[in-house]
Amino acid sequence: MSENYLKKYPTKEGFYKEYGGAFLPPALEEEMKKITDAYFAISKSHNFISELRSIRKHYQGRPTPVYYCNRLSEKYGGRIYLKREDLNHSGAHKLNHCMGEALLARYLGKKKLIAETGAGQHGVALATAAAYFGLECEIHMGEVDIAKEHPNVVRMEILGAKVVPVSKGLKTLKEAVDSAFEAYLKDPVNTIYCIGSVVGPHPFPMMVRDFQHVVGVEAREQFQDMTGELPDSVVACVGGGSNAMGIFSGFIDDEEVALYGVEPGGRSMKTGDHAATMMKGKPGIIHGFKCYLLQDEDGNPSPVYSIASGLDYPGVGPEHSMLKDIGRVNYDMVTDKEAIDAFFELSRLEGIIPALESAHAVAYALKLAQKDPRKSVLVNLSGRGDKDIDFVVENYGKQYGIE
Amino acid sequence: MNKLTNVFNHNSNLLSIYFTAGFPNADSTLHVLKALEQGGTDFVEVGIPYSDPLADGPVIQNSSSRALANGMSLKMLFDQLKELKNTVNIPVILMGYLNPILKFGIESFIENCRQVGVSGLIIPDLPYEIYLEKYQTLFEQNNISNIFLITPQTGEERIRKLDRASTSFLYMVSSAAVTGVRDGLSESQIQYFERIKNMQLKTPAMVGFGISNHKTYREVCRYAHGAIVGSAFIKHLETHGDDASEIIKFVKNLKNN
Repeated sequence: MSENYLKKYPTKEGFYKEYGGAFLPPALEEEMKKITDAYFAISKSHNFISELRSIRKHYQGRPTPVYYCNRLSEKYGGRIYLKREDLNHSGAHKLNHCMGEALLARYLGKKKLIAETGAGQHGVALATAAAYFGLECEIHMGEVDIAKEHPNVVRMEILGAKVVPVSKGLKTLKEAVDSAFEAYLKDPVNTIYCIGSVVGPHPFPMMVRDFQHVVGVEAREQFQDMTGELPDSVVACVGGGSNAMGIFSGFIDDEEVALYGVEPGGRSMKTGDHAATMMKGKPGIIHGFKCYLLQDEDGNPSPVYSIASGLDYPGVGPEHSMLKDIGRVNYDMVTDKEAIDAFFELSRLEGIIPALESAHAVAYALKLAQKDPRKSVLVNLSGRGDKDIDFVVENYGKQYGIE
Repeated sequence: MNKLTNVFNHNSNLLSIYFTAGFPNADSTLHVLKALEQGGTDFVEVGIPYSDPLADGPVIQNSSSRALANGMSLKMLFDQLKELKNTVNIPVILMGYLNPILKFGIESFIENCRQVGVSGLIIPDLPYEIYLEKYQTLFEQNNISNIFLITPQTGEERIRKLDRASTSFLYMVSSAAVTGVRDGLSESQIQYFERIKNMQLKTPAMVGFGISNHKTYREVCRYAHGAIVGSAFIKHLETHGDDASEIIKFVKNLKNN
């Protein structure tokens, strides 16, 4: 990998090789250009940076720790470390980019933040940021996810956000994005669509990565402090891929560090039973950007599924799409079953209940550890699992001794 | 000469109507086209259904979902349009999102358009710069006009650029919420239309949003070359189906009151 990877990608037009860009109707195209210009003008200013840094330290509680999993490593071999983004305020890495996006929105004079959410983590984080900055907030969420992630819906409402249920199609993440775009198009001047991952049209994949970069920077320094070396592998789950880009970006120029992105393998490899976009998709355009895409022969996005509501998206970040092609990141997958096993293993061996999304990364780390017990693996534990407990106990409790 | 360019050279107060291919029924496409011509429509836009459109309102989205459920696809559409030249004389434009076109293969898509006699294309999510860089030659070689969209937020410099690159007409849309509608058109709409009119572009412009009756159609014609009616006609199809006499009546009412 060449030096200064982060300066090389994306291009001025938002491309990561052939992926990314902004394939948008003109009304949105104009707004994205304004946001891009504003981002470049504001985000490098001293005041913006110092305000964001102060927020991270005093409000979010950063830096989040890196933690060595003693009992887990003993059982599975290897040396397993976690970057504890579950300890970031609001319980997931999502607040890192939400505070950045909301701060930018305030600089732009926007009155209202609009976003989609899958598991509700991004929605909760954005509602948190909106409360902090005194902005209105409207979160679009599929009805299936609303039922499954009830605690997060309540949290958003307590934080003062309006939750808009989406009843189209499969009523999950993709439809929530459609609905949020629709709402944004109604008033692009006073509102801003704060996309919840490294997806969507330029500049969002770049902006969200830049705001998440702090995870990788911290983790790299902390890991070296703890061990005197760099990890052999870094593992993160990939739905859209924001937490993965955050941690990968800290190690991307370290050629000796292997990077693993873990996609949801769901119930089976049949269409509609998984969301393994990189494994099974073909390049295409969705929601204004080019990426690997699960799509039918007519170019309509395919139905997707995962036990983790934050991972079931038929597209994936454009930067991940490029990193797959150039071979810098290895993409693989983990099934629902493996993720649930890891969910309980981490809970019972370390006292940490992970989000079902992050449990995919943990499951993969356990495989790596078993494969090569001499090596170290750093997992981005992107979120905590409180939101998932009712769903898990109801559907899987018995198998794990909960009556 | 492109059929579409010709229509603009010889007429004003044009009426264009949009409908979704394969709606209300899979085989409605040609019936609807024929009836629209009989009613006096000057040219027609046929929408290619797509499951995740970024620029359509709920009425059109709903028609797209139904069309997809009916099995409509680009392949089926081109099969139906083989009879286009034997069915209507008015120009026909296709409107569709980029991904289904890329999946079909853009070269073969354009080639099919030329063969069946499609005059122009509206691809809302194909950025102008990418069109110039990658596809302009392909469109021109096949005599297919690419139609650009402008909105109230589009700056003057960009409008001038699009004007120079246009070979048929500019499509004036509005995405911003329309508030305070009085008597058909709002003041901000009128300001927008006047601003464009005063730019004295070489390319004719059509207005396409919120036009559902004769009165607004006539009013819009004071500022532009004509109007495009979409959602109102889809609603008509929802209620009346693809019955030819009802469609003819709808168009006549719109055009002549």
